Amino acid sequence: MVARFMSLKEAVSSSVRHGDTVAMEGFTHLIPHACGHEIIRQGLRDLTLIRMTPDVIYDQLIGAGCARKLIFSWGGNPGVGSLHRLRDAVQDHWPHKLEIEEHSHAAMANAYDAGAAGLPCAVFKGYRGAELPRVNPNIKFIECPFTGERLAAVPAIRPDVAVVHAQKANKKGDVLFEGIVGVQKEAVLAAKKSIITVEEIVDNFDDVPFNAVMLPHWAVGAIVEVPGGAHPSYAQGYYKRDNAFYKAWDEIAKDRDSFAAWIDENVIKGGPEDFAARRNENRA
Amino acid sequence: MTDYTATEMMTVTAARALKNDDVCFVGIGMPSAACNLARLTHAPDITLIYESGTIGTKPDVLPLSIGDGELCETAVNTVSVPEMFRYWLQGGKISVGFLGAAQLDKYGNINTTVIGDYFDPKVRLPGGGGAPEIATSCGEIFLVMKQSKRGFVEKIDFVTSLGYGKGGDDRASYGVTTRGPSRLITDLCIMEPHPVGKHFIVTSIHPGVTREQIIEGTGWEVEFADEIAETPTPGTNELTVLRDLHARTAKAHEGQQ
Repeated sequence: MVARFMSLKEAVSSSVRHGDTVAMEGFTHLIPHACGHEIIRQGLRDLTLIRMTPDVIYDQLIGAGCARKLIFSWGGNPGVGSLHRLRDAVQDHWPHKLEIEEHSHAAMANAYDAGAAGLPCAVFKGYRGAELPRVNPNIKFIECPFTGERLAAVPAIRPDVAVVHAQKANKKGDVLFEGIVGVQKEAVLAAKKSIITVEEIVDNFDDVPFNAVMLPHWAVGAIVEVPGGAHPSYAQGYYKRDNAFYKAWDEIAKDRDSFAAWIDENVIKGGPEDFAARRNENRA
Repeated sequence: MTDYTATEMMTVTAARALKNDDVCFVGIGMPSAACNLARLTHAPDITLIYESGTIGTKPDVLPLSIGDGELCETAVNTVSVPEMFRYWLQGGKISVGFLGAAQLDKYGNINTTVIGDYFDPKVRLPGGGGAPEIATSCGEIFLVMKQSKRGFVEKIDFVTSLGYGKGGDDRASYGVTTRGPSRLITDLCIMEPHPVGKHFIVTSIHPGVTREQIIEGTGWEVEFADEIAETPTPGTNELTVLRDLHARTAKAHEGQQ
């Protein structure tokens, strides 16, 4: 991968295909909502969506019919309640049946780490006495060859495309993450292709601390400047989490018609440039 | 002070279970309120850790999500999520995990995954998140949950996270060496595991609560300890700090527009 600056429309159309495995990460922070909207606008179908916390962003993609399968570890609207579109898909197969593969956070975090490290699987002390291994055939147990200790194993995550949002890129295409950094670095390094939206593109990173969380330009794919692109989540140093929107989403998503109307008004008729205003409304 | 709610009683009692030198993995909701109340009263040096990677965080208001900016801004350090789960949790650096649940049984096994059959659920819940490994990797677990027959059941529909399994020594048979759920704090009482059988027994009843209320709010046959304490009432300072915390939180969250 070599970083290339482009529009969001071009980034998605050149990187994502129907049926791809796509990981959109950001652990409550820096969630790539603008790119999620672009994927809906471009009508991508049959995606396998991976995300530790499929919150509002995947509720939108699932309700809009983009997903065939979801791999996840916690599916809720943080601090608010359920994801109604996810629930409708799982319980009542609307807009169609959704296959789910469910893990714990520890398993997903280890699986991204293994993907970035080029390993076929992740090994960890997990799922002890838990019931998920009964319902998820991708959870197995192995014996440590040295101590005999029984350890959990899950396949490494190797997405076709990773999508993340970051604060900054410089003009060379190096990318800087600050604050709660989640599994974004691991997701990008584990993926074949990546799309990174950023709040701004700056001249250089001369004033960045030595041990900052960065991805060098040669390790990332498409870079798109989308101010506010993480809204309603937040970008540390730029804008706050729009808690009011998360609460409002509960009402919007409860009903199939109000959800469809919201998607039509805000996604289908919208564009990445709409996010800048949302950034201004939630200034840090 | 006598003027307090059952929820305040539960939160204050949960907070008191924490010690100043604890390193505590904090769940969102009730655990978060209790842990921060402890930090703002008797345990100022407690280390609070949220699974978003924030270590030693001191939020001025309670976060709505486990990854609010406030947690990062006030933390000693923020690490990646893989590091959090691998080095800090799995590595055995955390003394107490604080969890809630949708359903729980008398052995402290908890369900946050599904009501009904997994493949044909009546209600799909958010899922385990960090809980399956928090439950087995922290030194001990405190559970906090309001009592009801729907929540406190004889048999949970899905074992998201291990407590004492089938009771007795069953927990250790999974290769788990940590202590497990050592305390269950409810809005009515405190339950602790029986030293041998590991099923929860009532060891302390909150002031003004009757045994009948506890039996009414529990789906399994309640066992009472031979000697039952009366849970101390919340202190004036604890209630003031807790109410201020909730007021600041409400103001901060609505102030966002």
